[in-house]
Amino acid sequence: MQNSILDLDQVSVSFDGFYALTDLDFKLYPGELRSIIGPNGAGKTTFLDVITGKVKPTKGNVKLRGKNIIGLSEQKISRMGVGRKFQTPRVFENLTVQRNLELTASPTKTPWALLTKSLSSVARDEVFKIMEYVGLAPYAKLQAGSLSHGQKQWLAISMLVAQSPDIILLDEPVAGLTDDETSKTAELIKSLAGEHTVVVIEHDMEFIRDLGAPVTVLHQGQKLTEGSLEEVKRDPRVIEVYLGQTDEN
Amino acid sequence: MKLFKRLVPWILLAFAFFILPAMANSELFGFSQFRLNLFGRYFSLAFVALGVDLIWGYTGLLSLGQGIFFSLGGYAIAMHLLLVTKNDFTTGANGLPKFFENYGVDNLPFFWEPFWSFPVSIIAVFIVPSVIAGFVGYLIFRNRIKGVYFSIITQASLMVFYHFFNGQQKLVNGTNGLKTSTTEIFGLVAGSDEAQILFFRITLILLPFAYLLCKYLTSGRFGDSLVAIRDDEPRLRFSGFNPTPFKVIVFVVAGGLAGISGALYTVQSGIVSPQFMSISMSIEMVIWVAVGGRGTLVGPIIGAVLVNYLRSLVSEALPEAWLFVQGALFVFVVVLMPDGIYGWFTKGGFTSMLAAFGIAKKTATYPKLDFDESVQEESFKV
Repeated sequence: MQNSILDLDQVSVSFDGFYALTDLDFKLYPGELRSIIGPNGAGKTTFLDVITGKVKPTKGNVKLRGKNIIGLSEQKISRMGVGRKFQTPRVFENLTVQRNLELTASPTKTPWALLTKSLSSVARDEVFKIMEYVGLAPYAKLQAGSLSHGQKQWLAISMLVAQSPDIILLDEPVAGLTDDETSKTAELIKSLAGEHTVVVIEHDMEFIRDLGAPVTVLHQGQKLTEGSLEEVKRDPRVIEVYLGQTDEN
Repeated sequence: MKLFKRLVPWILLAFAFFILPAMANSELFGFSQFRLNLFGRYFSLAFVALGVDLIWGYTGLLSLGQGIFFSLGGYAIAMHLLLVTKNDFTTGANGLPKFFENYGVDNLPFFWEPFWSFPVSIIAVFIVPSVIAGFVGYLIFRNRIKGVYFSIITQASLMVFYHFFNGQQKLVNGTNGLKTSTTEIFGLVAGSDEAQILFFRITLILLPFAYLLCKYLTSGRFGDSLVAIRDDEPRLRFSGFNPTPFKVIVFVVAGGLAGISGALYTVQSGIVSPQFMSISMSIEMVIWVAVGGRGTLVGPIIGAVLVNYLRSLVSEALPEAWLFVQGALFVFVVVLMPDGIYGWFTKGGFTSMLAAFGIAKKTATYPKLDFDESVQEESFKV
């Protein structure tokens, strides 16, 4: 058995006594593509917060390649190879599309390096390739703030690709996208898996089916079940969680 | 045309450097030595405005404590001048600066000692403010204090410094400040016309360097990171950037610029006093940048010179009215020119105003036709 790249062991997060996550176990193997679904308030976003260092778990261990990452700052964890896209497309609105990408693509992130060195031509070509691929090339010199919502989503995902972390965490990557854009996103994500380890959090079941990846269902901060989408869908507990109490009779 | 546009600031600068002092001496143009001296002060305030723009306009941190660094620069140069000058106006019977007599101080306070040396004093003008800015900045930024809390802390620090300098008569002459106009520098009396023209020219020589330093910091990828900090700092952390050193560096540079500004202002106004650390002074610095155009580098220079020139004109005509005019100006700019005067001109505010009066044609280019794929396709079909 391969060593896991990310390992959550009995992780609990409590906000003033309210448990957003309760004793969650979660393992991720290199190159894997994993979907996470769950109703509102299931703890999906908190789950990402714990992995990226935004929230410190109350209890439990989070290990990245066997190293404990609890208490490390967001930027340290990010430099260890964890990238994240947020629920809303967060881009740097006053920078152009190209500069947004170049900033995240930069291999060195210290002030001195940014002042004295320019971005390598390899990285710059990579940025152009990404812009071509996602169709943002015509907007390269446009301020990111003037993009449409869908384009911002794409840019946010592209920034992750440019950053090229080992683990890519996507929080609702297709929220507000058209069907066309959604299926294109699915393709992009599938192409990323293998080289990167990808975790996708989504509500859109169509999209989850497109991905065809193993699904983890979260509910009230706990792992409800795990398996393929079809298996999960047949699980009576999942149906109950999503549709409410069905077995009155 | 483009080359011409780039040359305009330099031409203006050369004009100010060579022609204005000559005009002031001849008295032909109604432009007196007094006015020249005032302009020298306005230009020296442009330095601190550039610093405010770096920290506020680019990085999005509203510092209300730039007066600290401004005054420290002023005190550094004033202490040197008071020490080295030996004349009846400045020196007391015991050979120390005269004000020490009033408080019966016979031994020079220890921190005055380094200011005997001219090079040390010149370096202290920007190093002392920078070091204090670095120290304060590191503590603030490391603890992720930002937004309004940052503004309050900087203002509170300002109050601390203000009260300290105000209360220490035996060290820095308290509320009276240090008077430099009777001191001597380069063999000239600092208050004399010759010295004032020299200070005016030094100010104008240094200003482009300050501008180029800011340009260097803001134009490349470092500048992009600053804008990114302003736009969404947490997001930048998740991309692997540690914003703390960026913010400390910018705060240090802004502090150093404020120190140089304070020194130049002090020698041209003839005195440095704790009034430079008043709350209103530091807020005015922010107003200059807002009026000139934050997030641009020409804007703060325009703002500092223009607002202060206006202040002189209004104060001469109606001594009581300035504060009302300043408030109205600030409201006017915030409401109607959110990008400031310079931003208003460069972002097409002028043409749209002409359009509003029916003089120019209205242009509708949103987002930008050249970049919009669908528009491009349409035009090919036709």
